Amino acid sequence: MTQQFQRDKPIYLQVVDTIIQEIVSGIRQSGEKLPSVREYAIEVGVNPNTIQRVYRELDQRQITITKRGQGTFVTEDSRLITQVREELKKQYVDQFVEDMEALGFSKEEIILSLKEGEHDA
Amino acid sequence: MLKVQHISKRRKFRKVLQDCSFVIETGKIIGIIGENGSGKTTLLKVLAGILRANQGTINLENDRSQQISYSPDQSYFYDYFSIEELIEFYQSQYPDFNQERANALIEFFTLNRKEKIKYLSKGQLGRVKIVVTIAREAPFLVLDEPLAGLDPLVKEKIIKGIIQFIDLESQSLIITTHKLLEVEPILDEVIVMKNGTIIEQKQVEQIREETTIQRWLEQLY
Repeated sequence: MTQQFQRDKPIYLQVVDTIIQEIVSGIRQSGEKLPSVREYAIEVGVNPNTIQRVYRELDQRQITITKRGQGTFVTEDSRLITQVREELKKQYVDQFVEDMEALGFSKEEIILSLKEGEHDA
Repeated sequence: MLKVQHISKRRKFRKVLQDCSFVIETGKIIGIIGENGSGKTTLLKVLAGILRANQGTINLENDRSQQISYSPDQSYFYDYFSIEELIEFYQSQYPDFNQERANALIEFFTLNRKEKIKYLSKGQLGRVKIVVTIAREAPFLVLDEPLAGLDPLVKEKIIKGIIQFIDLESQSLIITTHKLLEVEPILDEVIVMKNGTIIEQKQVEQIREETTIQRWLEQLY
């Protein structure tokens, strides 16, 4: 399925975020081989050069390792994946709390409503 | 690398292109955008060697047929050919025509090889144009408005075909459109034309870093 992209953010960063989410949530396992650049480009409907850049960026962040002639693999360093997962959690929670506080909610109110939400679900 | 320098073109007494310069690196997908009448089609014709520029230089040999695989926006096939015969015709004309790639493209686009050109729908004809143009191994592939007037599903299929079958190791693609948003995810760079001249050339991801494509275009025009 062709992915829809936000208009005001580079596509390569959006694809990087998607892949990291998939790795952190376990959709893509550690050590797993990612699709080839072209396969992935077709899948999301973007320029292969963009996917090349995505893999470069993931390699730089050490979330993936590209082996010459073999492809790009998710890191087997589970500590790193856990660390990224924690960072993302913190980032999303901080953002959420900030937004809620801007609306005038206290931390207690937020916690209360989260607990209520659990009952609904 | 394609280097276009100071190209101008007059038709009768009207200047249709004025001092157009740009560089296209190998392995890039470039979109040329601009309103109707801004000079996109004329510029492509000059690139393809169909029109001669009055001024300026392009770093290609005068016989462009080996270097540029060009698909005009108009229909240009003999309509009594079947798709198969059209493929054979292309193969007889262009040494760089890759029969295997053409077959794979026909399959990818689910076209019927025996069907005659004159009985094809607009969407099928659009796909046939893509087949014969990108089945060539020429260094520059040039498509004039390949998506104009096609329905969204056909557009998406064509875009995927382009991604799958172009060899960006050795080829570049130049594509014109007046609807940038349709092709923007596959572009490396965009060249903006207005009144016969080039007013901007920029990397698409760079635009996204700074603003949105829509706002950027509004500011340019």
